[in-house]
Amino acid sequence: MNKSQPLFQNNIVFTLSSMGLVGGLIGLIIGVANGSGFLGLLIGILVVVFISIAAISTGQNENKVRYIICAFFAFAAFYFLGIVGIILGLLLGWFLGWYLYWLYLGKYRTKLQPYLSSSQVLWHYLFRVICGVIFVFLIMPILVVMPLSFNSQDFFTFTPEMLKFEPEGYSLKHYRDFFTNNEWQRSFKNSLLIAPVATLVSVSLGTLAAIGLSQSHVPFKRAIMAILISPMIVPLIISATGMFFFYSHVGNFLEDTIGLDKNFVGYVKVILAHSVLGIPFVIITVTATLVGFDSSLTRAAASMGANPIKTFFKIQMPLILPGVISGGLFAFITSFDEVVVVMFVGSTNQKTLPWQMFTGLREQISPTILAVATILVAISIALLITIEMLRRRSEKLRGITPS
Amino acid sequence: MNFTKTILTTASAALISGVAFAGSHMSMEMTIVSWGGAYSKSQLKAYHEPYSAKTGVTILNDDSSSTAVAQLRAMNEANNITWDVVDVEAAPAMQLCDEGLAMEIDPDTMLAAAPDGTPASEDFGDMLVSECFIPQIVYSTTFGYRTDLVGDTPPTDVCAVFDTKTYPGKRSLFSVPINQMEWALLCDGVAKADIYEVLATEEGQNQALAKLDTIKDDVIWVSSGSDTPQLLADGEVIMGATYNGRLFSLIEEQKQPVAMIWDGQVMDLDGWIIPTGLSPERQARALDYIMFATDTQRLADQAKYISYGPARASSAPLVGKHAELGIDMAPHMPTAPENLSRAFLMNYDFWADYRDDLDAKFQAWLAK
Repeated sequence: MNKSQPLFQNNIVFTLSSMGLVGGLIGLIIGVANGSGFLGLLIGILVVVFISIAAISTGQNENKVRYIICAFFAFAAFYFLGIVGIILGLLLGWFLGWYLYWLYLGKYRTKLQPYLSSSQVLWHYLFRVICGVIFVFLIMPILVVMPLSFNSQDFFTFTPEMLKFEPEGYSLKHYRDFFTNNEWQRSFKNSLLIAPVATLVSVSLGTLAAIGLSQSHVPFKRAIMAILISPMIVPLIISATGMFFFYSHVGNFLEDTIGLDKNFVGYVKVILAHSVLGIPFVIITVTATLVGFDSSLTRAAASMGANPIKTFFKIQMPLILPGVISGGLFAFITSFDEVVVVMFVGSTNQKTLPWQMFTGLREQISPTILAVATILVAISIALLITIEMLRRRSEKLRGITPS
Repeated sequence: MNFTKTILTTASAALISGVAFAGSHMSMEMTIVSWGGAYSKSQLKAYHEPYSAKTGVTILNDDSSSTAVAQLRAMNEANNITWDVVDVEAAPAMQLCDEGLAMEIDPDTMLAAAPDGTPASEDFGDMLVSECFIPQIVYSTTFGYRTDLVGDTPPTDVCAVFDTKTYPGKRSLFSVPINQMEWALLCDGVAKADIYEVLATEEGQNQALAKLDTIKDDVIWVSSGSDTPQLLADGEVIMGATYNGRLFSLIEEQKQPVAMIWDGQVMDLDGWIIPTGLSPERQARALDYIMFATDTQRLADQAKYISYGPARASSAPLVGKHAELGIDMAPHMPTAPENLSRAFLMNYDFWADYRDDLDAKFQAWLAK
């Protein structure tokens, strides 16, 4: 089928009313931002419907007309907004031109089965729009943070200079503050110390527990599992209160009776508390991988003279490694993001990044928090990409096609 | 393996240092709790840095003053006090003192005398509102307004907050009865001297809430001193209440189009307490720090970084210029004569007695 040839000419009333709807929506948004929603709605509908009629009635080649629409919006937006307006105008013009011909020439049916009814076609696209909207709602709060972290002012505000893309509106001073300020650096280092050690503890204990619980001869399996998983279910604030009193006693004993250093004991307390929170994640993921583990392999290893420890490291561990790693990742994130328990159990020496962000937000609304958030988001993305690539690689090595 | 080595080294270093410190009679590390932001920074510059330079002590900051009472209670219960010196307002200090959570201080033996020999008890004078409280600064809660959003007649009177006809737009107030109820009565025609008498009665409390009712739809309620500066910078509110130091920083350091209303400012004290139950080494260190940090020169130094008035009479003449901006700080103090004449003195005793009742009543009113 020739692409440039329309499938069929669509109903002009349908096209115009759909265009009017979109125009009205855009007009309403711009109107509300400028004080009068109703006026914006009206102007939006009129402008877009007028342009649609003009475009269709020229009968010209589609691409040519769309270039003209883009240029029109770019100039109009440049007149009102300046340089940024050109980009916004081009985007808007491109979208409206594409949407007009998509509707008018019935292009929305090209990729679908020809026997679908109109309501099925409508649902097909509505479904995608809903998915897109949900995605925007999920990702928007994170995206808003990023430009604000380059703010040259000490407030969470998009200044007029920023909106005009002027260089004075932007600065790296909040990043500089993060890297030079003692409080932020200390809490960053604390996070980098506490999270990996807590992860190590949770992974070792969690994996052992999962392997133990997968043995058939263990009594009260379900009860033990429920207890081990309870830190994930009990509200964090309750665990934290309990931990505060429990670890105070532990800490007093370690300091006064054994005579350990106060700081060292502080770290031990926080790391143990965070390990407890991370263990359930490790148990769950490792138990899930153990379901697919063939226990006759351990018997085979034993029959060839390997002791249980050697069997575990050489046979079992490599096979359940994906589960262990993803459990460890969850345990790491749990500790790295944790703010409630560390505030109860830790003292100022153990202040972690989330704690510093929390007090910073409460006592001083400083965009340094946004800079830190941006850095953390970047680290998280890098971490997830690495894990995903490792996973694909191992699947490829084992001859499974990536899903 | 490198990682494991790092941890082992850290752990053993911590162990060794712990053993090494146990020998001296004052602890070499202390945790000081304060409010964060520009205020903590002023304390860092004026007190912590000189003190560390003089003694070699490591000072850790914890910005937890807003939850100090609850946290000190929990620490006391768990017998695990991790704070050495805590910065609190006068009213919570009285409360902590009554509950036995703060140690009593004898000003004449435990605090430095003025340079001319005046004993500390006389130098601080009326500011010593509790036996456990070492006053540090006088601050006030007052209003700032956006100069570009209030029209041609900028407000000079605190009652502009209740005048939504002349100044239409949102205003921010703290979501607590303290200050808000006094302002309501003041602007409902009650004389300054009679306010606490009226507020002690049921009708007076209802009168204050009724006055607040008239602007309830125009109020954004805030809970922290950093909220109003952010709202003013955004232009979300045309005027709002916060601490005078925050407004100073907003106006002079951040250069926002904001000005202050000194009229009806409510003055309060902020100062140090030392928790009870510290080990002898830590208590000796805390007392040594307090003696240093509340002497005449140190209190005057703090005013170089923030516009809060020193609590010692002998510090006032030493207040100079802002350390970075070079502005003369004296007129920006709540205690400056022309600002003081329009001030409103908070009655601590009243709030100690009525706080719980009025808090409940105010929160119920807010939820309506």
